[in-house]
Amino acid sequence: MKKILSIFMSVAVLCFSFGPYAHAKMVQVKGSDTLINLVQKLSEVYMEKNPDKVISVTGGGSGTGIAALVNGKCSIANASRLIKTKEVDMAVSRGVDPKKVIVAVDGLCFLVNSSNVITQLTVDQLGKIFRGEITNWKEVGGDDKPISLYGRQSNSGTYDFVMEFLTKGDFSPKMRQMNGNAQIIEGVKADPTAIGYVGIAYVKGVEGIHVLEVSRAVGGKYFSPMNDADIKNGNYPLARPLYQYVDGMPAADVKDFIAFELSPEGQNIVKEEGFFEIPEEYIKNNKATVGI
Amino acid sequence: MHNVKDKIIHGLFFLNGLIVMLVLLGIFVILCKAAIPAFQEISLKEFLTTARWDPTSLVKEGYGIGAMLLSTLMLTIGALIIAVPLGIGAAVYLTDIASPRFREIAKPVIEILAGIPSVVVGFLGIVLVGPIISKIFGISNGLNALNGSILLAIMALPTIISISEDALRSVPKTYHEASLALGATGWQTIIKVKIPAAVSGIIAACMLGMGRAIGETMTVLMATGCAPALPTSYLDPVRTMTATIAIELGEVAYDTTHYYALFGVGLVLFIITFVVNMLSDMVLRKYQKVRI
Repeated sequence: MKKILSIFMSVAVLCFSFGPYAHAKMVQVKGSDTLINLVQKLSEVYMEKNPDKVISVTGGGSGTGIAALVNGKCSIANASRLIKTKEVDMAVSRGVDPKKVIVAVDGLCFLVNSSNVITQLTVDQLGKIFRGEITNWKEVGGDDKPISLYGRQSNSGTYDFVMEFLTKGDFSPKMRQMNGNAQIIEGVKADPTAIGYVGIAYVKGVEGIHVLEVSRAVGGKYFSPMNDADIKNGNYPLARPLYQYVDGMPAADVKDFIAFELSPEGQNIVKEEGFFEIPEEYIKNNKATVGI
Repeated sequence: MHNVKDKIIHGLFFLNGLIVMLVLLGIFVILCKAAIPAFQEISLKEFLTTARWDPTSLVKEGYGIGAMLLSTLMLTIGALIIAVPLGIGAAVYLTDIASPRFREIAKPVIEILAGIPSVVVGFLGIVLVGPIISKIFGISNGLNALNGSILLAIMALPTIISISEDALRSVPKTYHEASLALGATGWQTIIKVKIPAAVSGIIAACMLGMGRAIGETMTVLMATGCAPALPTSYLDPVRTMTATIAIELGEVAYDTTHYYALFGVGLVLFIITFVVNMLSDMVLRKYQKVRI
């Protein structure tokens, strides 16, 4: 009997003791799968320099990250899209004041299998393809083969970005909704009729695919996201900022990490990981919103 | 002293039983409570009979579970078509044909199969089964309903084999001997005597396997392509009810129609698995009575 009692007691003690310690000094970062590799790398370098700090980075998609911030489950939400009005309302009703920091710039890449003869498309054609209005490659000058679409799931910020800026309507229900950027790349590699989209950091050095050049309109000039200069000067039509959201003026721990991300060293890591450093206007923007 | 100990242990076991029942009841109540508000805005008819599920649509939100209900049913039936003959065959082999030594090795191996995490099975679906399917059928991508069915069959097999084997083993030896004494061959004995005698146990085994297949999430999320369109064949990508909940619940804003509707999907799933399990339990009970 004593044995049973002691087991009960120790279980109870364990339960109570884990609660308060689990969150001590740990900064939780959650959200976009486009940003996860970059922020993980940033946090590793940061923790090496500050051994007393603990930063934990997880993915799940921009929607998941913002929902976690609103529900008080993380202190930084990674997002590859802007926060939606609905989400702001929800946050305000819970006493959370989401503030935006721009940490990097991404060029959204559209990729096809390397056996595909198509190398260029307009924004309008891409929209029609992903809305399901163009269903055969011959309609855009390719072979007579049906197009198979690869996209992300609705918790992805990239999904929302493409929906708002490109398809401006619903995705074709035939689109395969893949569980992350890597799966889209694997799918496009194996499928000669595929088209998919991922953040630029995922396509550098990948074989078996090629990245499409995109122009704003028919007859316009086509630009490739692989060309750094065209992203920086805004020629490539699908460049987009990547964000982190925090609750109000961030606490010291959080602020320190974000300051590191925005420092020249942090921005160097951004470039090494395949994204682009933030331009002057965004630096000003960050100063205005969170003072870093 | 002994008496007191007995009583305490008696009470503890009673408490365990009670807790399990309370948990089940609690889950049902919570599901209902969270699902009912959805039907103030969606008609039950639209929810159950239309096929368009698109709660994040920019144009018009769709809350029909038809396509995912069909997807779930297709996968389950497909898995059973593959797993039932294989499972019963293996069970017959293990009870009647295999040498005792082989049986001693095979049984634990089959049980290990049941312990493989579903995410690993899903991974095999992407890297192994998918490419094979796309090669055999000459289609561009192997992430479809057939892939999911094969994987679910693999996951349901251990349950089907081990429970069918128990059922076959519990057929009285005298049946076997009587059949042989009447001049039946070994094959006739198995097909005409042993399997009919154990049929309720075998049916129960298949229904438990089915329960496993309906509720499986990670594997189908990874390996079936997850396109929300209404599937027309086993070579189409499908998105099941479980996958939809897993994808969307992480990002949905609380207390919205979308949130409630996801619980509605969960409720439908709960009712289906509950009915399947109850039926298999009833069949099992019948078979136990026959045994005695």
